[in-house]
Amino acid sequence: MKIGVITFPGSLDDHDAMRAIRVAGGDAVSLWHGDADLHGVDAVVVPGGFSYGDYLRCGAIARFAPVMDRLIPAAQGGLPVLGICNGFQVLCESHLLPGALTPRTDQRFYCNDQVLKVESTSTAWTSAYDEGAEITVVHKNGEGRFVADEHTLDELEGEGRVVFRYVGGNPNGSYRDIAGVTNERGNVVGLMPHPEHCVEEGYGPSLDGLAFFTSVLTAAAGV
Amino acid sequence: MGHVVIDVMPKTEILDPQGQAIAGALPRLGIDQFADVRQGKRFVLAVDGDVTQEHLAQARAAAEKMLSNPVIEDVVSVRVLEADGR
Repeated sequence: MKIGVITFPGSLDDHDAMRAIRVAGGDAVSLWHGDADLHGVDAVVVPGGFSYGDYLRCGAIARFAPVMDRLIPAAQGGLPVLGICNGFQVLCESHLLPGALTPRTDQRFYCNDQVLKVESTSTAWTSAYDEGAEITVVHKNGEGRFVADEHTLDELEGEGRVVFRYVGGNPNGSYRDIAGVTNERGNVVGLMPHPEHCVEEGYGPSLDGLAFFTSVLTAAAGV
Repeated sequence: MGHVVIDVMPKTEILDPQGQAIAGALPRLGIDQFADVRQGKRFVLAVDGDVTQEHLAQARAAAEKMLSNPVIEDVVSVRVLEADGR
């Protein structure tokens, strides 16, 4: 089972994402931003970092990379895609996910072990979790405040498309404590915290991130 | 050489932490007459020769597709920069 990880200029967490895929039992395939080819992968991770230096808006320039010309229609066609942190910002800028990520209300860069509630297990990336479970994963960003208009927020809630919510206080002013969302089909998921840093003993606060990757391996296998 | 100016502002209903940080710092300089500050972006696009309607149409496309995010920002204006810099 091949899972691609895109590297943009300024991506930071691409290698951790590839490592997490391998720990979960998948084959990690490196995808290059300038290569308009997904190389036959079964799923894609858009990793964290600061693509193009966060210039213009976070994710705004990466969204127009050649590899995205292939990823966007593939995601619309059902390919499982996970956007983590900057990857979530790229997916919002690509209109694969609704809303936008804006600077934290206090303008600080935030780094903590964040408790999240799993609100939906009917996505390609969260099926291995128990609904309502609380997980603890690394969280580190300056522009992770999820915003959308009221209509969109109501729609997300009504359709069960809020996938993760912050627990123990809202760290950044995200509307309705939203940490992660999915598209209508449930194959595209984006979140600000970093499950890929929480898959091995000795690194991060838990192993709670591993189920993202075991979930998608199950989904991609069509089981 | 002609120039097209594009101004983009955060939507009024979206919190602007950068503007707030500036608003909070101005009183330290003794500048205390302003109730609020909002910060936007200006893009200046250069063309060879005079700015044509086609240039303006392309600039509007750039403003909508890339230079702004309609979820959080408004394109306030797309216009020719006059020779006197206005």
